[in-house]
Amino acid sequence: MGAVRPRISLPRSFASSMHAFANPARFLRIARPLTPVLLLSGLAITAAALVYGLFFAPAERLQGETVRILFIHVPTAWLGMGGWTAIAIASLVELVWRHPLAALAARGAAVPGAVFAAVCLATGSIWGRPAWGTWWVWDGRLTSMLVLLFLYIGYIALAGAVQREGGSSRIPAIFGLVGAVNIPIIHYSVIWWNSLHQPPSLGMGSSAMAAPFLWGLLAATLGFSLLFGGVVLARMRALLADIQAEARLRRKAQEV
Amino acid sequence: MNTGLKAKHQRLVLVVIALVAIVAAGILAAWALRNQASYFYVPSDIASDPPEPGQAVRLGGMVEQGSLRTASDGVTLHFVVGDGEARVPVVFAGIVPDLFTEGSGVVAEGEMMPDGTFKANNLLAKHDENYMPRELEQMSEDQARATVAEATE
Repeated sequence: MGAVRPRISLPRSFASSMHAFANPARFLRIARPLTPVLLLSGLAITAAALVYGLFFAPAERLQGETVRILFIHVPTAWLGMGGWTAIAIASLVELVWRHPLAALAARGAAVPGAVFAAVCLATGSIWGRPAWGTWWVWDGRLTSMLVLLFLYIGYIALAGAVQREGGSSRIPAIFGLVGAVNIPIIHYSVIWWNSLHQPPSLGMGSSAMAAPFLWGLLAATLGFSLLFGGVVLARMRALLADIQAEARLRRKAQEV
Repeated sequence: MNTGLKAKHQRLVLVVIALVAIVAAGILAAWALRNQASYFYVPSDIASDPPEPGQAVRLGGMVEQGSLRTASDGVTLHFVVGDGEARVPVVFAGIVPDLFTEGSGVVAEGEMMPDGTFKANNLLAKHDENYMPRELEQMSEDQARATVAEATE
């Protein structure tokens, strides 16, 4: 073997695919150089935004210094919701077009999405204690966000079980689509219902947030998004390598 | 080939129909919950449909400007919660959260007294969507501190 690159051998479902973009070799050619670029740029931008938020952003009129948690809380909330949106889109592609990479993309987005949802809940709770006077309330926004975290955990367990036990990848895809109902509920929870959580500060072209907070928030969001993209690609490559290793083992077992 | 394309379109239509049904069901359920899922009542809810005295409710609204006064015992607070339409007088004895001030939002947990006053056992401050830095002098002080920290590094 040595310097010769091992030929990428694919399980039957990949080999029989008719899709031009379904080719994992092509995906890997793009994903391999893109992963470190996304991860490193994301790390740099996130670090810069958080240093700004922690040391340079002004204290808020009412919240004081606790406003700094905004620069982690809000991007992780958006990406927690964005992660499930990605799962839902990938699930739709999986169900309708049977794209072989769609299931991998959904599984790749699940773990970072769950981490973002958990960080959002934890930072919100830490902020809530001084600002509201309570760690937790069962209002619409907080409850629906907790439901999202539970959906993520359920999805990860289900997709893992399907992979291990050899069920159809359409099972987690249906779960991913049905769970998407929660995303508009999270968004509108503070508009439909009276809630302790404040309504959104940013709308289409309008901002109730002063510039020093807004720009720091947008920079942090960009950084976290790049990190998210890098982690999803890395996870997809790892899952693909798992599948290929398993297929190789199975072939070897047949040869014996 | 032709049949494969057809199956793909069939799946698309089925998935879209299922999605529409699920989202409609979710929105219907959320809509039906719109009163029960609210975390608190606003003063005009209390005025139009007063809760039984002694029933545990949450009242949310704005602390009216100039209404906050401390009783002679030093811990009992009297203030008025309004929503622009109705006003409810509130009495509370205890420690208030940092964000509790006149003109800002509050959620009071407690019960209505027979005299129409709301007796709160617990207060939660509600932050609004506005994010404003402190006064300019506070900002320049922060910047000065940051500059000093940078210079001494």
